[in-house]
Amino acid sequence: MSKVVVVTSGKGGVGKTTTSANLAAGLALHGFRVVAIDFDVGLRNLDLVMGCERRVVYDFVNVIRGEASLRQAVIRDKRLDNLYILPASQTRDKEALTQDGVAKVIEEFKAAGFDYIICDSPAGIEWGAQMAMFFADEAIVVTNPEVSSVRDSDRIIGLLDAKTHRAAQGLEPIKTHLLLTRYSPERVAKGEMLSYNDVVELLRIPLIGVIPESPAVLQASNAGAPVVFDPSSAAAQAYLDLVRRFVGEEVPFRFLEPVKRGFFTRIFGGGGGESFAYAG
Amino acid sequence: MGLFDLFFWKKRQATASLAKDRLSIIVARERRGSAGLDYLPQLKQELLAVLAKYERIDLDQVNVSVEREGDCDVLELNVVLSDSASPRNGALASAFG
Ligand SMILES: Nc1ncnc2c1ncn2[C@@H]1O[C@H](COP(=O)(O)OP(=O)(O)OP(=O)(O)O)[C@@H](O)[C@H]1O
Ligand SMILES: [Mg+2]
Repeated sequence: MSKVVVVTSGKGGVGKTTTSANLAAGLALHGFRVVAIDFDVGLRNLDLVMGCERRVVYDFVNVIRGEASLRQAVIRDKRLDNLYILPASQTRDKEALTQDGVAKVIEEFKAAGFDYIICDSPAGIEWGAQMAMFFADEAIVVTNPEVSSVRDSDRIIGLLDAKTHRAAQGLEPIKTHLLLTRYSPERVAKGEMLSYNDVVELLRIPLIGVIPESPAVLQASNAGAPVVFDPSSAAAQAYLDLVRRFVGEEVPFRFLEPVKRGFFTRIFGGGGGESFAYAG
Repeated sequence: MGLFDLFFWKKRQATASLAKDRLSIIVARERRGSAGLDYLPQLKQELLAVLAKYERIDLDQVNVSVEREGDCDVLELNVVLSDSASPRNGALASAFG
């Protein structure tokens, strides 16, 4: 059975696209057949983060308008042949995503036997974000430990409960998961940043992962390879843990405490580098 | 700078320049034409659509750009024809059962 998963947040720039790419790649590493759909009409980005930007010919809106078939528009990942992406359109016409059009595309992916259809939502609570969540069975609410992000997540959680296919049909509500990203245990310890416990208490949905702030994420997007493809960084390991929890495994949380400064860091005065995050 | 920072220095340099290369290619491909050349994005798009039909053409190896040379705009299309097939969506046939 196919599952439609929306990655959403309300607030912009919190890590939705990064999460969509890593969730999709991580599920594909588990052997599932996965497609990630970029819903950010006008601001295509998922293709860059996944490293397939040069192979984009047709996009989501071309398919909806009947200008291309889904088969022509979808791009297969070069690293994993069970991983696909459907790029967003660059059109300025925000209404280009019609509800019927989105429904048809999702149905076609389901019929083609995809296990997971990951919807990378645009920021905001407008049409694009609503279309990304409308057909979801599960939602990953990406939140940074920071006031405006938490408040926006709360609004999104409200929309997930009210303005979606499942709500309209009176079906079982969307299963929502909280994902904290750009988490800095050092700053939490200093009292400068909300802790994961604070955020869980405020939003009251189950926590599925905590991704530490990590320079590896920028490196990965420079290279066009989601971090999970190189499991050496803390961020990659945290994303891989998240994927395992998502498929039902019980995995203890890591990277929640400040990294103890090791011998080398003290000697060389490193700034709490990534490299020690998982050794300590 | 810590030992590991030094160790990763080279790698970090490398990904920034990689990012720059990737961006300059995609920006050149997507940039709107100057006045009077507004058909260019469409033209580039249609060229890519044609190339995408051929299995042996890997779109990662295609460069489309427009350069100003004297008083002319020159559309440059660079296509690598590889020996081995690298099907763009090979497995999709089976994915779509
Ligand atoms: N764990 C992390 N550590 C460090 N940087 C991160 C992390 N997660 C995301 N980033 C950076 O944050 C920025 C925004 O990430 P991303 O594009 O995934 O957010 P988004 O929610 O999709 O944004 P938008 O709302 O614009 O679509 C990027 O520069 C990304 O590299
Ligand atoms: Mg995004």
